[in-house]
Amino acid sequence: MITFKNVTMQYPTGTVALKDVSLNINEGEFVFIVGSSGSGKSTILKLILKELDATSGSIFVAGKELKKLKHKEIPFFRRNIGFVYQNFRLLKDRTVYENVAFAQRVIEANPKDIRRQVPSMLTLVGLAGKYKNYPKELSGGEQQRVALARALVNNPSIIVADEPTGNLDPQNSWEIMDLLNDINKRGTTVVVVTHNREIVNAMKKRVITIKKGCIVSDIEESGYDDEV
Amino acid sequence: MKFNTIIYSIKQGTKNIGRNKMFSLASIGTMVACLFLFGVFFAVVMNINYMMKEMEGSMCLTVLFDKGTTTERIEEIGNEILVRAEVREVVYISPEEAWESFSSDFFKGHEELISGFEGDNPLQDSDSYKVYVNDVSMQNALAEYISKMEGVRQVNNSESTVKSLISMNSLVTYASAGIIVTLFLVSLFLIINTITIGISVRKEEIAIMKLIGATDFFVRAPFFVEGIIIGFLGAVIPMGVLYVMYNKVVEFVVSSYGTIAGFIKFLPVQDVFVQLLPVALFLGMGVGFVGSMVTVRKHLSI
Repeated sequence: MITFKNVTMQYPTGTVALKDVSLNINEGEFVFIVGSSGSGKSTILKLILKELDATSGSIFVAGKELKKLKHKEIPFFRRNIGFVYQNFRLLKDRTVYENVAFAQRVIEANPKDIRRQVPSMLTLVGLAGKYKNYPKELSGGEQQRVALARALVNNPSIIVADEPTGNLDPQNSWEIMDLLNDINKRGTTVVVVTHNREIVNAMKKRVITIKKGCIVSDIEESGYDDEV
Repeated sequence: MKFNTIIYSIKQGTKNIGRNKMFSLASIGTMVACLFLFGVFFAVVMNINYMMKEMEGSMCLTVLFDKGTTTERIEEIGNEILVRAEVREVVYISPEEAWESFSSDFFKGHEELISGFEGDNPLQDSDSYKVYVNDVSMQNALAEYISKMEGVRQVNNSESTVKSLISMNSLVTYASAGIIVTLFLVSLFLIINTITIGISVRKEEIAIMKLIGATDFFVRAPFFVEGIIIGFLGAVIPMGVLYVMYNKVVEFVVSSYGTIAGFIKFLPVQDVFVQLLPVALFLGMGVGFVGSMVTVRKHLSI
């Protein structure tokens, strides 16, 4: 589903974020990417979403080679991927319902589908009762669940999450991770970048550890590498 | 582009104007001020041009002939003048007509005195042509040409009037072009500035849209709608104000400076607006459109 072949990423400022990284994530996998800040783990997600272009090497996502995508093909490629961020990235001037519906409007879904899909997604994340609220009226955990509903509503084959529990208390963190796990069980590939040692250790998933732009370990059913 | 998306863009664009009230008001205000000035200037220029054309229309050369020039020769001269491209009209004034026009003017109120001249025309041999040209700037050259023709005694040409008319005409044209271009650039600059402020508020929204998989067009459409609505309001408001003001000003000038009114004619308000309104709408909506296009473009690179 996601393949990196000898990918190097150097920012225009000269910082090398990734050095000759190769990895492969199969369809339906749940993968943690861990590492200290500045190790290059968020860069991997940005490359997957084609927010950035790799300096060298090739990246394949959902059957497409990213550097061969034309500018006008990028939107259609991105519809395969749902994203969740540490700071939620919700539209503050719109209600919970509108935030989720927004993702469907963007891909020009039928209004009929929107009216059916949005409530069902909000029910899935347990927020059906708060569809009229604005983000600022919700707790951090609730906001992240709205973000998750938005990521899921277009039925993507991949979910990428950048520190999804970074701003949440342990209980809310677990609720989000449980949701991600449920989504994974339904067949969606999930890639989570995180710092959260406790969660990584408890979930026993594949863990890719990045250090200074290089993959230092990639182990199935693993825990957080204590040396990192 | 689905129909629902068009509806969505229009709704979103309209909502955005309300969401960013301050920014929208600033943009509309800027546009109103610029297009109001533009409109005033446009109306003034149109009126000056109109008055010039009126004056030009009444300007002519008077061609007088040598004593004893035959009627045939006079006719020939007339035809020769008429074939020239710059000549609009040639009117023959017979000695009788010349005398009639002169005497009725000169003996105004004492018409009984005219009868003393019965059968005797002091202006015998004073038949003449009045030559009207298409463009006053050609008049001097034409006068020169006609005066060299055989049988022509004299060509009366109000040279100083012609000169000042020509120079005023070109001055007005250049000045109006200059001011219109400046106003256009100023309003474009201000609109881009205000839209940039509005867009920085929505930078995050655009970034999220792009990540979800919005096409460039989808991101742009609401901003286009917004720009065009702002441009439309920014054009319609000053035009409405100008429409009312124009009539009042013309009324005021005519009533308080009656003497001027005799030889200055103002264009009727409809004649001005038939040209001004489409130009203002085009400028307003065009500036709104270009402004939103330029500013959104920067944020589409993600």
